[in-house]
Amino acid sequence: MKKLLLSLVFLPLIALASEAEITVAAPIDPSDQASLQRGARTFVNNCLNCHSANYMRYNRLQDIGLTEKQIKDNLLFAGEKVGDTMKVAMNPKDAKKWFGVAPPDLSVAVRARGADWIYAYLRGFYRDGTTLSGWNNIVFDKVAMPHVLYELQGEQVLNHETHQLEVVKPGRMNPEEYDAFVADLTNYMAFMAEPAKQQRQWIGLWVLLFLGVLLVLTIKLKKAYWKDIK
Amino acid sequence: MADKQAQTKGYMSCAMEWIDARFPLTSNIKNHLTEYYAPKNFNFWYFFGSLAMLVLVLQILTGIFLTMHYKPDAELAFASVEYIMRDVFGGNIIRYMHSTGASMFFVVVYLHMFRGIIYGSYRNPRELIWLFGVAIFLCLMGEAFFGYLLPWGQMSYWGAQVIVNLFSAVPFIGPDLSEWLRGDYLVSDATLNRFFAFHVIALPLVLLGLVVVHLIALHEVGSNNPDGVEIKAKKDKKTGIPLDGIPFHPYYTVKDLVGVAVFLIVFAAIIFFAPEMGGYFLEANNFVPADPLKTPAHIAPVWYFTPYYSILRAVPPVLNSQFPGVAAMGLSVVAFAFLPWLDKSPVKSIRYRGSLYKRWLAAFVVSFLVLGYLGTVPSNVWGQFGSWLGGADRATVVARIFTTIYFLFFILMPWYTAKDKTKPVPERVTY
Repeated sequence: MKKLLLSLVFLPLIALASEAEITVAAPIDPSDQASLQRGARTFVNNCLNCHSANYMRYNRLQDIGLTEKQIKDNLLFAGEKVGDTMKVAMNPKDAKKWFGVAPPDLSVAVRARGADWIYAYLRGFYRDGTTLSGWNNIVFDKVAMPHVLYELQGEQVLNHETHQLEVVKPGRMNPEEYDAFVADLTNYMAFMAEPAKQQRQWIGLWVLLFLGVLLVLTIKLKKAYWKDIK
Repeated sequence: MADKQAQTKGYMSCAMEWIDARFPLTSNIKNHLTEYYAPKNFNFWYFFGSLAMLVLVLQILTGIFLTMHYKPDAELAFASVEYIMRDVFGGNIIRYMHSTGASMFFVVVYLHMFRGIIYGSYRNPRELIWLFGVAIFLCLMGEAFFGYLLPWGQMSYWGAQVIVNLFSAVPFIGPDLSEWLRGDYLVSDATLNRFFAFHVIALPLVLLGLVVVHLIALHEVGSNNPDGVEIKAKKDKKTGIPLDGIPFHPYYTVKDLVGVAVFLIVFAAIIFFAPEMGGYFLEANNFVPADPLKTPAHIAPVWYFTPYYSILRAVPPVLNSQFPGVAAMGLSVVAFAFLPWLDKSPVKSIRYRGSLYKRWLAAFVVSFLVLGYLGTVPSNVWGQFGSWLGGADRATVVARIFTTIYFLFFILMPWYTAKDKTKPVPERVTY
């Protein structure tokens, strides 16, 4: 009976379906504040020109160790207030005209796609003459987005025999530097997708500790009351 | 005078007397708690009734706070959920309690139902308790379905689209019926508004009422137990108290507290450390706002609906109509209501049944689990059979076999329960 119960509860977990074939886990660390801060800077400088993060407030960056002054001085460029959300000036209609599709809001992108996918995506652009932008992506076929970071990564092509990406024109960063750069960005996007995650887990520890004590007390209480039941 | 009484009896009992003269408080406490005699041999399976009640209360409480911040508007709904997750104090915990609570509600209710099945709790004289229970289950499914649209993500939207479209398979009135349910030609703001109304007031009211009658009926006839023995048949001659009965309070209140503590540990572990539960409690695609122009490649309901969804997909269309599948799905849920009259066994509990029944029950449980799994994945998940079977999807063929077993469990029950070799039932409960 107990086994049956366990299988009832855990069967869905075993049956976890894998979506895209992402083989590399994103090397991110949500407790590495320096990495999160670098990622935030990258996000604001590069992504936020086209993509919004409409649910993310700038002052939430205080959670990753920035002061309000640092945020104002380094990350606010167009007269936004520190309590504003990360909006984008580009009109979605124009965006649709230029790219064929409006760039999606990225607030919860990591929750929709997973950090590993984002990491693979940002490293996965390659030259492809058949698409409108001249770029394609190994995890998102015929993606409308051009490779914004190509000056850093350089240009890759897809070797159709090995199905591997090869750098044909080096960028300003070597592959290790670029991977670390993208890992920081992914780390930040994972934070942005759920800023309270770390705090939630911290509270969870205390809650479980409390419940553990409660469990011991309830067991003792039950035993004390049931002594006379024969 | 009142003061003098208070000195001798104490203020508390004075207050009780005042209330009892106006409202049957003491007699209710006696009837339902301190002098409600429950069999003393309840085991692990008997925790899930009180746990279902606990989850119901948690869902209502967290739901009230979510309603304070949620906006039932197609333009604002998705953003308001993220607002709750980020800007409302404690909002992320409350939201995860509610979303995890929905899944855990089904976990405890499925286990509670399974308990009823293995110990024959639906048998005479408890048929009405069981029927109210089936009604609660149906109501709960509606509540979960309506609630799932509210975050207005892709899965919310397309899940609702698929389920409401099922009604268009009903002969003659189908298309009009589904349009009437949606309030529009497709799932839209109008649908969201009415689903919100159903979710936060209509169904919770019905649900609470049903829980009350479920309990009234239970306390009228008394609880069953793992032996399926009627404890009221053997009473103490002097006191009239069942010999194997113990007062629900304090014995089962303190015992249920242990169950509550264990449950809360599991519940909290999920809320704080795995609220998405690997995509089973919160689906990844639901973090993409609803887009009526972009159909997801794979639409699957949340895990607790997947056995029935599998049955829906498994039944082939007849004369180009999906109705048989829809009818089979409906029947697979309603079938539980017929159990009291399908079971012809002389014994109630699985402890005294023979191997024939146990084999059928095991086959049913396996069918339920396999169908549940298959409902979460696309039907081409296991590839296709060769041309000898017309190149049919393997998963579809498997789903059809298990759908057949699922229904045979009910259809053949009068036969195998009557034929089964049962063991003698003891006079008193075993403890």
